[in-house]
Amino acid sequence: MEVPMAFLVAIFFAVSIYLFLSKHIIRILLGAAILSNAVNLLIFTSGRLTREIPPILSADGPVEGVLTANPLPQALILTAIVIAFSFFAFLLVLAYRAYQELDTDDTEEMRFAEPEEQKLPPLGY
Amino acid sequence: MATSDKEPVDLSVAMVTDPAPLADWLVIAPLVFGMIVGSLLLMVRKDTRLQPYIAIPGLVVLVVIAAALLAHVVISGPVTMTMGRWLPPFGISFTVDILGALLTLTAAIAALAGGIYGAGDVNNSGRRYGFYPFLFLMMVGVSGAFLTGDIFNLYVWFEVLLIASFGLLILGSERGQIDGATKYAFLNLVATTFFLIATGYLYGIFGTLNMADIAIKAKTMEEKAPLVTLLSLYFLAFGMKAAAFPVNFWLPASYHTPRVVVSALFAGLLTKVGVYAFMRVAFVLFPAERDILGWVIASIAAVTMILGAMGALAQTDFRRLLGYLVISGIGIMFAGIALASPDGVSATIFYAVHSMIVMTALYLASGLAARASGGFSIAGSGGIYTTHPFLAAVTLILFFAVSGLPPFSGLWPKVILVKASLDVGAWWLAGAVLLSGFLTTIAVGRVWVLSYWRPAPAGTGDEQDAENLNPLIDYAPLVLLTAIVVALGVFPQQVLELSQTGTEQLLNPIDYIRSVFPSGGEQ
Repeated sequence: MEVPMAFLVAIFFAVSIYLFLSKHIIRILLGAAILSNAVNLLIFTSGRLTREIPPILSADGPVEGVLTANPLPQALILTAIVIAFSFFAFLLVLAYRAYQELDTDDTEEMRFAEPEEQKLPPLGY
Repeated sequence: MATSDKEPVDLSVAMVTDPAPLADWLVIAPLVFGMIVGSLLLMVRKDTRLQPYIAIPGLVVLVVIAAALLAHVVISGPVTMTMGRWLPPFGISFTVDILGALLTLTAAIAALAGGIYGAGDVNNSGRRYGFYPFLFLMMVGVSGAFLTGDIFNLYVWFEVLLIASFGLLILGSERGQIDGATKYAFLNLVATTFFLIATGYLYGIFGTLNMADIAIKAKTMEEKAPLVTLLSLYFLAFGMKAAAFPVNFWLPASYHTPRVVVSALFAGLLTKVGVYAFMRVAFVLFPAERDILGWVIASIAAVTMILGAMGALAQTDFRRLLGYLVISGIGIMFAGIALASPDGVSATIFYAVHSMIVMTALYLASGLAARASGGFSIAGSGGIYTTHPFLAAVTLILFFAVSGLPPFSGLWPKVILVKASLDVGAWWLAGAVLLSGFLTTIAVGRVWVLSYWRPAPAGTGDEQDAENLNPLIDYAPLVLLTAIVVALGVFPQQVLELSQTGTEQLLNPIDYIRSVFPSGGEQ
């Protein structure tokens, strides 16, 4: 199960990087959403994927040859999901405000903080 | 529980049974206190006149707590407190050594200066939108990052400070701010995502997130796992947070857009958290792998410090110029990490303290200069020396300090760093430090000559633009920070000794590990 999941994570990463390379904020935003899911799946897979074996040790300790899924990465993902979700919400509002205020979602035209024609500092008095 | 009747469970195997000593509560005091005051300020969000009266005493108490914590750590060595009483590595540990405590104290001082300055600089709508609550939340994130001993917890604190910094960055909702914030937000999101990816792999390799536990296990894992790759991922993530070249472009795009006090706080606090986190990961977790990557870190450090200073040379806007100086300082800190000798690392710690203070002060000074002369452009302003001689004198001290000229705080770490580089034969690194100092001197010297020294250009109308500056709210934070800059320059002994002890604890983290695992790390 881990190998197909690894490929799935790779596809997620590839898609998100492709979207991040776009000039349009809305695509970058989608890329950010996919990126966070890629990372979550990565951590999920690194904690081993097994079904039907509860992650509880018997009284004699771990049984030889029986691998259970590690529950801690799943707890980590829960934290990461909440954080990524709040970030995404913020970024969504920010991008919408940027579209409203700056009248563009093309990053090449977003030059309000760094104007294209900058005067060089004077060389003398 | 049915079993507990038959055989009593021995809790001391799994849990801390002794109550924590009262002094150890200082470890989490900055976080708890910051959260309480932050929520209190959120409750009085609409009462804009009351907020500074709560926030500024709160920040003073935060400085006192941080100072007490530093004193406690200096006296009794690294201190650990584990949450929920589960024995480490299962409970989340907060472990403080001198490096963490020293940076927490410096951050609290910078935040205090920002809090006082904000009383004059942030208008009522900025306060209603939550300047002070965000300031406290950011301080909680910064202190949490400095104090935690758990790497996933470190990631969480990064996100806490990041989300608070977003709030501060777009406080005015101006066009430039939204533009800057968009770039800042996306690029920082990518950086923290890299941090999370690396932490996921790290857990996959070690099966633990406690930093002391990883430090023990890393020695046995060197052959089995791709630790150099892992450290490279961390280097990319933290280098991006710290704005090292070539992943520094979010900083000059955004740091000049918010209110001056927000820029000052960002410049003082945020990038240094990235440097701190990399020091922790590189020296405590993966020292052997850091040696392999040493030349990469050294070359990135050299390029960052020189390109930062050259970027500063090309700027007309005073605040953008300062943004590039922040980047240049990051390069100097990474140079000490690259050397990894006791002298080099203590220079990095000293320089981090110096940089937090002096960059905050410089941004505050730039705000006052803009109010005194009518704008941030150094081409159009002038005459501050005649209208505000005291501000001009203080700024000159800060310019000397940021360039590394005696007798101020920038001198000593650079001297130690140059000597440490020459000791290992890295003459080019020493040359880069000196060259970046030289370029910085030219850049700030030009600001001094144009904005301060020359008479006000005719027709700029500085008479009506010039505001009267309030001696208490406007000058007090600047004077506080400048006094520290002068004190560090004239009496460097105290901080130097702290940096050296901090370096010993960092390079040989036996005390750090023993404070988490009192039995010496054998579980």
